[in-house]
Amino acid sequence: MPKSPNDKLQGTLTLLVLRTLRTSGPLHGYGLCEHIRSVSDELLQVEEGSLYPALHRMEQDEWISSKWEITNKGRKAKFYSITARGRKQLAEENESWERLTEGVMRVLKYS
Amino acid sequence: MPWYRRWRNVFRDDAVGTELDEELAYHLAETADRLMEQGMPEAEALRAARRQLGNYTIQKERTRDMNLAMWLDELRADATYGMRQLRQSPGFAAVSVLSLALGIGANTAIFQLVNAVRLKLLPVKDPEQLVVVDWVKDSARAGWWSSRSANFTYRQWDTLHSQQGPFTDLIAWSASPFDLTKGGEPRFAQGLFVSGSFFPVLGVGAELGRTLGASDDSGACNTSAVISHAFWQRELGADPQVLGRRLTLNGYPVSVIGVTPPSFFGVEVGHRYDVAVPMCADRLMSEDHKGRIPNRAAWWLSVMGRLKPGWTVKSASAYLTTVSPVFMRMTLPEDYKSDLAKKYLANKMNAKEANNGVSDIREGSQQSLNLLLAITGLVLLIACANLANLLLARAAVREPEIAVRLAMGASRWRVVRQLLAESLILATSGALLGVFVAYAVSRGLLALLETPDTPTFLSLSWDWRVLMFTAGLAIATCLLFGLVPALRSTLLSPALAMRASGRTATASRERFGLRRALVTAQVALSLLLLVGALLFVRSFHKLLTTDAGFKPENVLAAAIDFGKTSYPEAQRLSVYRTVLDHLSAIPGVASAAQVGFTPVSGSGWDNSIGPDGAPAAGSNKSAFFNRASPGYFKTMGIGILAGREFDEHDTANSAKVAIVDEEFARKYFHGVNPVGHTFHLEQGAGKPEPLFQIVGLVRNTKYYELKEEFRAIGFFPVAQDEHPGPGMNAVLRIAGSPGPIIKSAEQVIGGINPSISVQIKPFSEQLLDSVRGERAMAILSGAFGSLAALLATLGLYGVMSYMTARRRKEIGVRMALGADRLRVVQLVLKEAILLLAVGLVMGVALSLWAGQLAEKLLFGVRPRDAMSLGGAVVLLSTIALLAAYIPARRAAADNPMSAVRVE
Repeated sequence: MPKSPNDKLQGTLTLLVLRTLRTSGPLHGYGLCEHIRSVSDELLQVEEGSLYPALHRMEQDEWISSKWEITNKGRKAKFYSITARGRKQLAEENESWERLTEGVMRVLKYS
Repeated sequence: MPWYRRWRNVFRDDAVGTELDEELAYHLAETADRLMEQGMPEAEALRAARRQLGNYTIQKERTRDMNLAMWLDELRADATYGMRQLRQSPGFAAVSVLSLALGIGANTAIFQLVNAVRLKLLPVKDPEQLVVVDWVKDSARAGWWSSRSANFTYRQWDTLHSQQGPFTDLIAWSASPFDLTKGGEPRFAQGLFVSGSFFPVLGVGAELGRTLGASDDSGACNTSAVISHAFWQRELGADPQVLGRRLTLNGYPVSVIGVTPPSFFGVEVGHRYDVAVPMCADRLMSEDHKGRIPNRAAWWLSVMGRLKPGWTVKSASAYLTTVSPVFMRMTLPEDYKSDLAKKYLANKMNAKEANNGVSDIREGSQQSLNLLLAITGLVLLIACANLANLLLARAAVREPEIAVRLAMGASRWRVVRQLLAESLILATSGALLGVFVAYAVSRGLLALLETPDTPTFLSLSWDWRVLMFTAGLAIATCLLFGLVPALRSTLLSPALAMRASGRTATASRERFGLRRALVTAQVALSLLLLVGALLFVRSFHKLLTTDAGFKPENVLAAAIDFGKTSYPEAQRLSVYRTVLDHLSAIPGVASAAQVGFTPVSGSGWDNSIGPDGAPAAGSNKSAFFNRASPGYFKTMGIGILAGREFDEHDTANSAKVAIVDEEFARKYFHGVNPVGHTFHLEQGAGKPEPLFQIVGLVRNTKYYELKEEFRAIGFFPVAQDEHPGPGMNAVLRIAGSPGPIIKSAEQVIGGINPSISVQIKPFSEQLLDSVRGERAMAILSGAFGSLAALLATLGLYGVMSYMTARRRKEIGVRMALGADRLRVVQLVLKEAILLLAVGLVMGVALSLWAGQLAEKLLFGVRPRDAMSLGGAVVLLSTIALLAAYIPARRAAADNPMSAVRVE
């Protein structure tokens, strides 16, 4: 499998997932991929191979919780939603992300 | 994901796999749908979707790893790491495991007893359907009481059995000792008379042969016996040909028809049965060949019923209470007089749960068992405090290592877990070893409570309750002693810990605080246990040295049974004489006398009296009675205060006489000398009340037990007994060693008639047996109290050594600057004394409060006994100060230069 150009996204995957779940409510894995893809105008593409392990790890850390539901197409899907702890984590990651980008921007601008 | 879900994953990996499969399958399906919408043919769309999702299996494995493999791997790593750590300090591991094993073992042993006595279900079919039929409190039931089962008469049982009511069927039994020998020294088996329904209703089958059934308990009464597995093994050598073998029970031959399975010990917790015979055999085995069945006033049976579906204990109890008036009328004994009959007719029956059997020891032992559970719990707590202290010390040493781990990104929880793994290994090993300790302790405990005359049997097997209890203890102790040190050692900021190697004063001071608190608590708790131990030991000592009214030293008590010979009633008085004459003639016997029953043997007899000519019936005045032959009071060393002993002139034909004790005189004759006064004794219906003339006043003596207050007791001459029994009790005052005298007494009696059996032992042994419960309590609380003190001393020693080691440099500087050894010792001891003092004050307060809980179990000692409190304080302070002095001396003996040069 060729290396995906989006691998560098992995570090920010948590941030993206938490953020998405907070704004659009419970979503299944496929929905998360689609949502991130469409909102970012297809600039970002989440690799499924990273997404599911990440989701499960986040569930273990109790940042998100999951529930099996039937979609309107009649298929069984696992829906993830954000927990209180997840919201706290999101706030932290958001902040550190902003600091990082700000830092990087400054370096890019002034050096 | 919470840990319990993860556990599930370990064991049910297909469930995880399936969930994951489904989740990924959904993703696949949705992707394929999208591709198809864009115009791709289905097969190609599926292929593309799968390609996009990547390798399916790798995906699965990776995701599962998150759940399982990592967690398991970490667990394994923690365990190995913990083991390695413990191997590095075998001394610490040994002390920890040993003290835990003692603590957990003691707790488990006591719990095993509690379980056997209170919780365990009977090993029979559907025990929850069983109820025991009993009387509402204060029922009026006079007559002939025999056997500990004495709840019902045969007539009552027959009526209950024929009416059934809420029961599908009922069972009755009567416990009775059966002498297995044909004369000589008796050897008793625990016998049961059982109704024909007994085994079928309990659902107890036979391991060999068959059990007794309804056809065995009939008028014809074939004499067959069912024996217990234990009896078969013990007494009959597990003979496979046992069926049909003959046994002699009280001189009567029966044949064995079956053996019950090992689990069945009877229905009474605290007793086992050896041999069961049908109830009808009572007639055959009794001396008058009528027995207790036709006697409407013979109380000898216990009754249990199996509830019909839909009935509860409550509704059955209500039913029994409702039918009681009719029932009482149907079963009224013929010779009850009007007022007794009226009371009898008002008796009410009820029903109680019997799923865990019936027990005469349950209520008596409840308080002691609870107290013992509390004591062993405290011992374990002290052991935990010790371990926590040791672990704190270890954690302090490991601080730099932990700091490095934290600094390198280990999560705090991860490090805590690792430290806890070590504690868990200790706790588990302690619990495993504790199982063996418990095994030994619980058996030793039973041995303490048992005497040859009262075999106590408890089924002490390990059931799920005991195992759960032990496992629970292991986990609880692990958390107790492991969690706080683990949390604390990970609390430090890594930077600080690394920089200072945990050695700066500021960081450690607070940590010392926790260790000080632990030691103080240990001192307080062990003082509490020591006070308790001293209270029980003193109480036991008081009991042994209490003035019982008689002088038990150099007295032998003989229980003589005429056995098969039995002699006719008219002859017995002269047989009594012959036996006494022979006994008195033995060299070394100063005097011999006969008594109805020896004091403090548990036997007793009370009746209503009417002093000074008043009628006894309805007087509401009652006294306890015994019979004595001439010379009894002299032999027992009971002082005669006024009047005379019985003598040869008191015969069946002379005036009826009695001797009373001080309490009798105080209660019924206002304390004046009662000699010359008279009293009436209540009799059965239609008989005139006999009048007794008081000829002597004797000192108070204990009647049932040493613990009791003195009772009003009257003595009648043996010679005036209208119905002398087929046996007698004798007391001998001897000079010299009892061994040869016992031998010659047995020979002498065998010489009169070989079928007469005799049991002789020192009377003081009988007294000691009567206080075995108190003795057990004194021994146990003493042992646990000492253990607690030892653990607390170890704890204090540990903390003091640790603190002096840490202050080595400071002490070195002080000495270099001119402080002498004495000053250094004082410096260290001051610290120890402070800890000790705070602990002692707390302990004294605790003891004063807790003492009242034990009040009912004490004799002659008040719960706030100054001697016990003071003794415990002195004892504990002495050993604790010794423990503190050793590290203080060591510190002072240190060469100041080498101390300062450390590092």
